[in-house]
Parts: sequence; structure tokens; C-alpha cells
Amino acid sequence: MTPLFDLDLLLTGTYHDWLVAGLITSLSLTGISLALALPLAILIALIRLSPVKVLQWSGFAFVEAIRNVPLLAHMLFWYFGAPELLPTALREWLYARNIEATSAIIALTLYTAAYMSEDVRSGIRSIPGQQFEAARALGFSFVASMRLVVLPQALRVTIPPLISQTLNLWKDTSIATVIGVAELMYQAAKVESASFRSFEAFAFASACYLGMSLLITGAAGWYQGRFPVRAA
Amino acid sequence: MIKIERVNKWYGSYHALVDITEDVAKGEVVVVCGPSGSGKSTLIRTLNRLEPIQSGRIVVDGVDAYGRHVKLNAFRSRIGFVFQQFNLFPHISVLENCTLAPTRLRGLKPSEARDEALTLLDRVGLAAKARAYPGELSGGQQQRVAIARALAMRPPLMLFDEPTSALDPEMVGEVLLVMRDLARDGMTMVCVTHEMGFARDVADRVLFMDQGKVLERAVPSEFFARPEHPRLRQFLSDIRTPFLQAA
Repeated sequence: MTPLFDLDLLLTGTYHDWLVAGLITSLSLTGISLALALPLAILIALIRLSPVKVLQWSGFAFVEAIRNVPLLAHMLFWYFGAPELLPTALREWLYARNIEATSAIIALTLYTAAYMSEDVRSGIRSIPGQQFEAARALGFSFVASMRLVVLPQALRVTIPPLISQTLNLWKDTSIATVIGVAELMYQAAKVESASFRSFEAFAFASACYLGMSLLITGAAGWYQGRFPVRAA
Repeated sequence: MIKIERVNKWYGSYHALVDITEDVAKGEVVVVCGPSGSGKSTLIRTLNRLEPIQSGRIVVDGVDAYGRHVKLNAFRSRIGFVFQQFNLFPHISVLENCTLAPTRLRGLKPSEARDEALTLLDRVGLAAKARAYPGELSGGQQQRVAIARALAMRPPLMLFDEPTSALDPEMVGEVLLVMRDLARDGMTMVCVTHEMGFARDVADRVLFMDQGKVLERAVPSEFFARPEHPRLRQFLSDIRTPFLQAA
């Protein structure tokens, strides 16, 4: 007789391997998307704060266009829609590779960057203009002043909202299941349909989401202790 | 060291600097005073191009500040600027505030920059605070660090924009003493300040500004003993005898 909760199914064997592979895929989606989204978010924030009207406006348009469309629609667009616009050769090259994961990463990156850029922008705006001016007066360029003086302070202020965006990103990777990326939810569903052990499969997935989220929050706490926000 | 020729600046329709022409010689200490809104801070901020001008010419240390081919960052790095609000970088230590620009802009090795910064911090009496963060210091200490930070770029010229106006009265002296020592070492300085004692004892020349114009320029003894312009007489009597005026 099988036990009420079959822990062995989660700890060893094929199903275990499927779930762990899903977990690794979800972590990779998060890691890669975050690594791409954060610099993109900083770039968009700087564009929105630049003195050039056209740049400001295009940054604004990007943010609004991306974040007012649900992530599910982004996923489907980048998987089904966007490749149609590519030249045939490139499209075939893409289809021969992991187009599911690529589409998911593009969708997650753009979506996360749009939200993060707003947090970064308000972080930059919270740093007094005199800091920038003092850096320029020492002889630093616009970019160096931003990079060495304004952004390090702005990012510290921005860490709490960025953490919450990272948590959203981590959970949002589950939406990639609709375009067939073999991430954690996809693998849990696969285990469920193969074994009929629904509870174990989805309990594993939930525990992974929860555990990873707590780790991210913990890392944020460590960062804030190590690099505290300091007032002058 | 500084040549200012027929400089005009407007904020919209407001004429903030009116046909200013002044020279500052190497090693000279010039104090600029005047009532609020007279344009003295605007003037000093045009010297390192923190403020644009609409006409005229400013040449600092041989460089035409508003010339077409000026390398702005290199130009600014040769002018020390001290702000009213200190503007230290709060996220890095006192020492790092003084080594950031030298390592990045003067190409010093970290160890060299550190040694130089510690020497400068010692000069302003704050070597012991090198590892502290700006937020842990008093206003007077922060301003002395700001002076050390500016000196770390080894500028031939220092500009001070009301360096003691944001300080509690008891901390004004420590900053003025640092500035006086700097002047005695031969630094070329332009100081916007309300500290008339400093102007009298340290300045080689005092300028009086009102409504965007320099109304009077004189050596301190003349400036205080025999002010010519009626507006300056009024100003000096106002700051000397506020209670008599009110009565």
C-alpha cells in the first residue's frame, strides 16, 4: 500500500529527477532574466531621467507598453508571435534550439525590467542633486558620476522594492509552463500525470517556490546589513 | 589665475550677473560678500561652469572655461570647489571620499592616494576619522573633509561657496582656520562668505556685490574703514548694528 504522503517519490528515482530538473530550469530562468533585467532597468531609468525629451518619452513608452500587458500575453507573443517576423533562416535556426526558454527569458526580462526601472528611477530621484553636482565638480563625467556616486546610493535605497520584484520574477517563471518550458510547474504537472501523486508533486513545487523566496529575502537582509543606507 | 570679462547671466528675464569683469592673481585670496540674491554664489559657480553664462569670457588657469574645445571634466578637476552643504558622499568612508577622484582621475595607485589623503586629512585635523562615514561627523568636520577632498585633486585654485553658512556657530571657527592656513600656504582662493572677520584678516581683496553687479572692490582695510558705495555702507552698518537698525 502506498503511504498517504510518498516522500521517497520526491527524494529518489525518475520523478525526483524530473522535479529537480524543473527546479534547475526555473532557477536558470530567474538567474538569467535577473542578470539581463537589472542592467536594462538601470539603462531605462537613466534614459527616463536624461535631459533629452525624445529619450524620456521613449523610456516612458517602453515602461507603459510592457507593464500594462499581462505576462501571459508577453510569453505567448514572444513564443508564437515574434518569430513570425524573423527571416526564415534565423527562425529555423531558433526553432532548432531552445526557442521556448529563449522566448520565456525575453518575456521575463522585459517585464521585470519595466517594473524595476521604475524602482531604480525613484531611487535615483531620492538622491539629492548636490551629490551629482559634487561629483561633476571634482571632474567626473556624467556616466562616472552616476556610476560611482549616484547609483551606489540609489541602489541601496532601491533594494527592498528590487527584492520584491525578484520574488515576483521567481514566481512568474511558472508562467513559462504555457509555452512548454520544462520548468518547475511543468515538471510537477508531468509527474502528476505520470504518477497520479498530485499532492506530492505540487507540494514539492510549492516548497521550492517558498524556500527560494525565503532565501532571496534572507540575502536581501544580509545585503542591507553589509551595505546600509547612510545619510550624510 | 582667473580672468572674468564682461560676463552676463540671466535666469529667464532675471539679470543675475551684470557685466562682471574681475581678475584674480595667482596666490591671491578674494572674498566676495553681499546680501542674499546679489549673485555672489552664481558668480563663483560660473567659474567652474556649474552655471552656464550667456555672454562674456572666463579664463581659469589659462583655459577658456566656456570655449568650444574645453575638456570640461579635466578643466573642473583642476578647480577645488567647496559647497555650503559639504556634499560629501555618504556611502563611502571619509578616506574614500578623498581617494575616489585621485585614483580615478589622477591615475594614482590606491596606496599613493591613501597616503596623500591621510596627509591632507591630517592637515585638516581629521586623520583619526579616516575610517568614519560622513554621517558620523559634525558639520564642521564634514566641511573640513570636503576641503581635504577638493585638495586631493591638487588644484591650483580653490573656490568656496559659503562654506560656513550651514554650520552651527561653534563650528565656524575650525573651518575658517583650515581656510586661513590654506591661504597662508599660498593657495589662490575665491570665497563667498559672510564672515567679515575672515575677510578682514585673510583676504587680499574684498568684492561687494548687489543685484548682479560688483559695486566695490578694495583691500580689506579700505573696504571696511572707507566704504565708498552707499549700498556697501548700508550693508556694513546692517551687519554691524542689527538692533540699532530695528530700533
